[in-house]
Amino acid sequence: MYGKGILKGLSVTWKRFWDTYTEDISWMMRGKKRYNTDEGIRHRSSKDTKGIFTVQYPEEQLIVPEEFRYVPFLVYDEGADGKKEVRCTSCGICAKVCPPQCIWIVRSNDPATGRPVPVPTDFYIDMDICMNCGFCSEYCPFDAIKMDHDFDIASYQRNVYNLEKLMKPAAYYADIRPENYTREEEARKAKEAAKAAKAEASAAAAA
Amino acid sequence: MVTPLTATVDLVVRFPGIVTADVRPGYIGFIINKENLVEVATAIRDEFGFDLLTAVTAVDYIAENKMEVVYHAYKTTGGAGLVFRVQAERVDPIEVPSLIEIWPGVDFQEREAWDLYGIKFTGHPDLRRILMWEGFEGHPLRKDWKEPFFEEETKPFKSRWPDGQHTFAENKNPFRDNLNFPKDFDPEKYVVDKEEDLYASLERYTTKDVEGNMKTDHIVVNLGPHHPSTHGVLRVAVTMDGETIIGLKPVMGYLHRNHDKIGERNTYLQNIPYTDRLDYFNSMSNNFGYCTTVEKLMKIPVAERAEYIRVIMAELSRIQNHLIFIGMLMNDLGTMYTPSLYAFEERELILDIFEAVSGARMMCNYFRFGGVVRDIPDDVLQKIKGLVSERLPAKTDEMERFLNENEILVARLKGIHVLNAEDAIKYSVTGPVLRATGVPYDLRRADPYSIYDRFDFDVAVRQNGDMMDNYLIRFDEIRQSLRILEQALKQIPQGPINSQKAAYQVRVPAGEAYGRIESPKGELAFYVVSNGKPNPYRYHVRPASFVNLTAVESMCRGTKIADFVALLAMLDIVMGELDR
Repeated sequence: MYGKGILKGLSVTWKRFWDTYTEDISWMMRGKKRYNTDEGIRHRSSKDTKGIFTVQYPEEQLIVPEEFRYVPFLVYDEGADGKKEVRCTSCGICAKVCPPQCIWIVRSNDPATGRPVPVPTDFYIDMDICMNCGFCSEYCPFDAIKMDHDFDIASYQRNVYNLEKLMKPAAYYADIRPENYTREEEARKAKEAAKAAKAEASAAAAA
Repeated sequence: MVTPLTATVDLVVRFPGIVTADVRPGYIGFIINKENLVEVATAIRDEFGFDLLTAVTAVDYIAENKMEVVYHAYKTTGGAGLVFRVQAERVDPIEVPSLIEIWPGVDFQEREAWDLYGIKFTGHPDLRRILMWEGFEGHPLRKDWKEPFFEEETKPFKSRWPDGQHTFAENKNPFRDNLNFPKDFDPEKYVVDKEEDLYASLERYTTKDVEGNMKTDHIVVNLGPHHPSTHGVLRVAVTMDGETIIGLKPVMGYLHRNHDKIGERNTYLQNIPYTDRLDYFNSMSNNFGYCTTVEKLMKIPVAERAEYIRVIMAELSRIQNHLIFIGMLMNDLGTMYTPSLYAFEERELILDIFEAVSGARMMCNYFRFGGVVRDIPDDVLQKIKGLVSERLPAKTDEMERFLNENEILVARLKGIHVLNAEDAIKYSVTGPVLRATGVPYDLRRADPYSIYDRFDFDVAVRQNGDMMDNYLIRFDEIRQSLRILEQALKQIPQGPINSQKAAYQVRVPAGEAYGRIESPKGELAFYVVSNGKPNPYRYHVRPASFVNLTAVESMCRGTKIADFVALLAMLDIVMGELDR
């Protein structure tokens, strides 16, 4: 019969249309909310999703995975008197590895000795050039530069961020990437403990 | 089992005095006397059976004052390839005989080498610029050519650290200097007169009389560059007789950014995120191709677990590419949006996986030399398993039920644009388009790379070479990919994910490497020449869509213009890769 193929295809469309409502009803029967809840959004991006698939941005937003990367930021630790202690030592690895070369670092010198100080005087990232590849955070030996989760940075101006604008607290980093943060903190503590043990051993040997 | 780097063919014995073996360290293959190239190439095709010439490219050895053209020929029955090259003095005009009579598939690639290197291929019937525009001065891939925003020969630039003061590149005002036009060229007065060359290259007929006194003439139609069917900015100039296509020339380069030149400025590592931007649907495959090539050059192994992760990612990428292909083909046929959005649903789920492992949905930047950047978390592995064993097979079936028997679809696809196997090989067509003509040539089997030889799967083949077979073969390939994925997910071992220490600068010994993979669109190959420095000396991409487009004119001649739109979708072109 001519037209049989079309009807067969339309049955698929019909089923998909119908699925949306049966899903809604079954969620309602279970007393759960399918829309505007994390659970609902998670289900809609799981393998069992049926019927409506879309997420109503901006009222609903997809939950980004931990590894999601957007433009970089600099991590600072909170000092004793609330001073911002930026982790960056201005070693320049991020500026060297950056594929589109959008990182500029000004290294400072000690006026008395003339030797470099391990703190950047200024730090620029041209966010319009940044390609979000994540190399800077991947190769930073001090866990000082990390990729952000905040992607709402559209603006009417060019986005050249300086040191002040790039700095975000370590607590923020711990919040967006808890697993990475814990792993790095453990590694750092282990390293410090090893260092302390070594110092103690050498002190004991000297005594 | 990995096929050897070069075929055991001794051209030197066959052609004494004409062919010499290439003895430079790190190089393989033969150097052929320029004057005898056509003779030797004919023998390579007819006597030795290398019927598929996949890549033609050039290298500018400025220090030795030489320009070299490199050819990579393969057999469609599988096995190792043959590298041969000719060298010419680097004094204009640099002339090399064209091989278009022997392998018509070199057409666009020779034009590209003329455009970017200024090598005149004598005997090429239509040697015009292909990627750059007509008013362009110079040949940008030559080592002595510099771009308007030129800062330094190689990255990293010295201005960034330790005394980096941010400046906008445009403040350097490139238009006052560093930008050249050809002699007697005034951009103010430029009218598009060079287009005459294009129209002259089109096939046409002289006015003919129909039944005594009615006179007809052909008409030239420009399809694109802005046209929804061209999947980006591709322009096609067509001569038509009524609705029938007589001659056709694609015009490309609207999205050209000279990926090769950027690649030569970059360090080896910095190129990985740039390859993401070639075929932006399959950044995982692009990473795969590039990393395979550089690993070949560095002679390093890949960590066992990483090999499996790579295969999983590449096959997931193939599935989503083919689903989108089907959706977009339907869009071009007029089934607006319903099938393509069904396809996008599955693609979203696959992209979620890419995002969870690599951090980005499309620009994955996930592969590193010797492995991958990070391990797959367990929950993501579970999600992949769920998709592969439950959802994707069911949804592929549903897609087939939805479309395959649709009478309109069958009428639009069946028996249209028949490409036979002989022509497909002649025009260097690869990938699903070649396999739909009945040639079971799949690099995962014919020239195995990575760990594909460990999996049990069939090479998808269809026999007719028409649009319908091209459409159906995508479903076959999705099913085979699912088979590979199931095995890979079962076999994946624990262990490290990179055989190398993470380093932001890699050491690559001098030499050359040609690495190719079966990307969803066909053979994606990279040709990299290293001189031992931190940046590649030559970095060339051989994209599948670019070379596959060579066959388009012969496929279209005599068919209707409306089917051409469907044909473009069928060739599965992506402008990011085509224009580079």
